[in-house]
Amino acid sequence: MSKANLLDRREVVAALLANRKDVVAIGGLGASTNDITAAGDHARNFYLWGGMGGAAMIGLGLALAQPKLPVLVITGDGEMLMGMGSLATIGLQKPKNLSIVVLDNERYGETGGQTSHTAAAADLVGVAKACGIEDSRAISTMAEAKAFAASVHDLSAGPRFANVKIDSAELARILPTRDGTHILNRLRGDLGFPPI
Amino acid sequence: MSARPQTASDWPEEIFSALERYDIRQVPYVPDAGHSKLIERVLASSAMRGIPLTTEEEGVALLAGAWAGGQRGVLLMQSSGVGNCINMLSLVPILRFPFLTLVTMRGEWGEFNPWQVPMGSTTQGVFELSGVQVLRASDAAEVPAVLEAAAAQAYNALTPTAVLLSQRLIGAKVFIK
Repeated sequence: MSKANLLDRREVVAALLANRKDVVAIGGLGASTNDITAAGDHARNFYLWGGMGGAAMIGLGLALAQPKLPVLVITGDGEMLMGMGSLATIGLQKPKNLSIVVLDNERYGETGGQTSHTAAAADLVGVAKACGIEDSRAISTMAEAKAFAASVHDLSAGPRFANVKIDSAELARILPTRDGTHILNRLRGDLGFPPI
Repeated sequence: MSARPQTASDWPEEIFSALERYDIRQVPYVPDAGHSKLIERVLASSAMRGIPLTTEEEGVALLAGAWAGGQRGVLLMQSSGVGNCINMLSLVPILRFPFLTLVTMRGEWGEFNPWQVPMGSTTQGVFELSGVQVLRASDAAEVPAVLEAAAAQAYNALTPTAVLLSQRLIGAKVFIK
């Protein structure tokens, strides 16, 4: 299934989070959330085990509430396709501190590897750009991934969007906690918010 | 803070006042005629951010993110949008964030358009099956008390709550003169 010229998803996510500083990272339902876990558990990781299509909107709500924090959504092509309208919503709000990365393996890896729309027709970079996210890029090298990782910390130039074509090889599952209240309250605590 | 509403029938202003008192900061919405005055007030407010959505479930996820970042929000929609939210409503009990939505009702009380009736008829049931408590306001005089109760239980007790603003309150949409 894998092609030689495609990037390794774990290597891409490790590069995105290598020098994360105060970044809040939101992982969309599917393998993306495992990739974030593989890069290291962190109080500022927000793992989704459901709510397919919601990752970018969780990122928007957080980015608007915390305009001085870099917010990075890392999700897959299937999850992004389900919430594609949220790119229009984000393009309208234009939060400068929000970055979205789609790990695009052109398939639904969690459900048997069925091909997704990005395999043959849908161009998510074009969609994001057309929705008003001017900084929308296709990434095909690790150098580009590292440059994007650095740009996430620039809170003057977002929102930004990147689509990374990745190898579709199935990797060992590295699972984060599934306890939603723990994930949310740990993040809130790290941002300085007490329990209600 | 804005001036108190001039008349008891100025219910959108009553809602806006309640949202101000509860320090609501993010107001995602899919427009509805019944919400138009409230949306205008929100968009003109410096404390609240009105956020137009392409579909209602975006608003559920947005409110989760807002709360993660320390802000309260409220989702405005009409009854036909409630069905769009069903799977995303699973975030509410799983993450346990304050959830309040204000829903203008269609498909009841003198409805003209039959296409509004199926979703309008199941709106309350959909919420209840999804773990969201339902309160209803049917006339202008009860709007302030219903809003206060809904906001209090949603934000203080983390009780997911929907307020149905009855078509009797907002007035049935007239297509035929």
